[in-house]
Amino acid sequence: MKEDDLIAPGHRTCAGCGPAIATRMMLRATGKNVVLCQSTGCMEVTTTQYPTTSWKVPWIHVLFENACSVAAGVREALNHQGKEDVKVIAFGGDGGMADIGFRAMSGLFERGHDVLVVIYDNEAYMNTGIQRSGSTPWQAATTTTPSGKISKGKEQWKKDMVAIAVAHHVPYAATASIAFPFDLEKKIKKALEIKGPKFLHIHTPCPVGWYYATEKTVEVAKLAVDSKMWALYEVENGVKKLTYKPKGTPVADYMKLQKRFRHLSEDDIKEYQKRVDENFDKMFGDLK
Amino acid sequence: MDKSKMQILEGSRAAAEAVVLCRPALTVAYPITPQTHIVEDLAKFIADGKLKAEHMEVESEFSAISAVVGGSAAGVRTFTATSSQGLALMHEVLFAASGMRLPIVMQVVNRALSAPINIWNDWQDAISARDSGWLQLYCETAQEVVDTTIQAYKIAEERSVLLPVMVCMDGFFITHTLEPVEIPEQKTVDKFLPSYKPTHAYLDPEKPMTQGPFAFPKPYMELRKQLSDAIDDSDNMVKKVHDEFAKSFGRSYGNGLIDEYKNKGKKIAIITMGTLAGTVREAVDARDDISLVRVRSFRPFPKKDLKKALGGVETVIILEKNIALGTGVGTLYDEVRSALYDEKNKKKILGVVCGIGGSEVTVEDVKNIAEISKKKKDGEVWWLMK
Repeated sequence: MKEDDLIAPGHRTCAGCGPAIATRMMLRATGKNVVLCQSTGCMEVTTTQYPTTSWKVPWIHVLFENACSVAAGVREALNHQGKEDVKVIAFGGDGGMADIGFRAMSGLFERGHDVLVVIYDNEAYMNTGIQRSGSTPWQAATTTTPSGKISKGKEQWKKDMVAIAVAHHVPYAATASIAFPFDLEKKIKKALEIKGPKFLHIHTPCPVGWYYATEKTVEVAKLAVDSKMWALYEVENGVKKLTYKPKGTPVADYMKLQKRFRHLSEDDIKEYQKRVDENFDKMFGDLK
Repeated sequence: MDKSKMQILEGSRAAAEAVVLCRPALTVAYPITPQTHIVEDLAKFIADGKLKAEHMEVESEFSAISAVVGGSAAGVRTFTATSSQGLALMHEVLFAASGMRLPIVMQVVNRALSAPINIWNDWQDAISARDSGWLQLYCETAQEVVDTTIQAYKIAEERSVLLPVMVCMDGFFITHTLEPVEIPEQKTVDKFLPSYKPTHAYLDPEKPMTQGPFAFPKPYMELRKQLSDAIDDSDNMVKKVHDEFAKSFGRSYGNGLIDEYKNKGKKIAIITMGTLAGTVREAVDARDDISLVRVRSFRPFPKKDLKKALGGVETVIILEKNIALGTGVGTLYDEVRSALYDEKNKKKILGVVCGIGGSEVTVEDVKNIAEISKKKKDGEVWWLMK
């Protein structure tokens, strides 16, 4: 934590919180001239316990599912005040943005407001106690997709938010990871230089919800990328580009650190590896 | 005094003209019948440069009110309009808007709620939002919509109030009919309603502010009490702004909270809201025994003023286009009855649920209700089924 960080210490995120790291990195890239519009979630409840606040930038939270619509209104109001130079970011977790706030995000992209939408993705509803979201990975156990005698956790594949953003013809959509801070900061800076709607999807491990030791957050994040469970790429004006070539570490190495995958057998993990490789080839095969 | 000229305008057009006069910086809309003409007219005014506002056509009412909350929190004057299902979809955001003390003005075109789906007028939509912390002013005419919209911004933005306001009007009866209306001059409105200068809510990197925080039980309850007190205390400002408006523009609506018509020495008073008051006025003119007491401000609810206005009457009949499902009566009935509970002179208080889903209520119906009331016992509530 630097003294000039724009999120002050003393907030109440858990030890090893991935989203807290993402927030700090994001604000280092944005600088002071920004307004954050946040959805309900971990980074909201832990930072603004009335009458205190951790935010050294203007910050607004209204509800769970409307951060993007609030941001659009803030953007237009600032424009009317002649403050086009002030950057506006809609910021929220995977639940608030990719699930319940999906309509608002789609509306923002389609109308083309000059707003950067950032998702910090901890792959479940962590603030309410680890319930599944559309962004929870396949076969991860959550409190609402528990593993059991006849269940192997979540049955569906993770929602592809970048593809959805790109389908709205946004000029810039990308992913990032807290294990790759320079890549993350570079993408934030690049996005903010582009006028119009932008999208950044940040992978942010959660020790509480993924059940791993709190000091391993960055290690888990790095393994996600190297095992191709999470790809670092960007789509600029429709052109897709990997910004980091993964090492191809076995998914088993990533999974074994986390209790949410502990119910999977060796055969299950083999099948998992196959699907991850297929998915990665489908998404990036033509870039080789 | 304002020197405007009488014009014949559709109510929606008059409503949109009033919005232009108030110079909002951000207008946001999602179409729903019968609000559509208002937002179409407004979009055209903006397209023609008559109003210099940022205008957003969004993907839902939920986003319309959310964007308006964002704009108001950023420190500009905002506007939106909706109706029925749209207001229901906004429900969650309504509470956030008042809790954040944002002086938003919204025109609400009153329409029935599904199911079955019905596009016609009653008040179930806005009355369902009665506890959301918004002020609710109900209009009888297109002229009153114009005047109330202008007043609404002044009330909302007063430092002692800082609350959102709904300007309610009956769907079709006001929005789709032509009436003679005076659209005030811009300079008179500018003098009455100066530009909005936020002191409590803005989003400025030079002076960072956190809005919409998380609160534990003690501060939450304190803030909720403040909100409740602010709404209760806003009755004085509704009256004051109404009186100031009357001085500048030469038009008034009772005392701003309630509007009495031929209410001296009568035995039967009919209480209602919105355009139904116009029908009741005709019946009052035709009979010697009845009067009209129109509730203009439903929130804040004018308990004191109603008690005073009804002090001398023997029978009170509440005519309302609303049913509070599960209670068997309308909400206005319940609240008027509650307001009169501790009166020394016990009255016969009757309720009539009428006009639901756009059902017809005529002058003859009102006259009949007055006649029937003589045989009814205190506490009886019935539906006007035709």
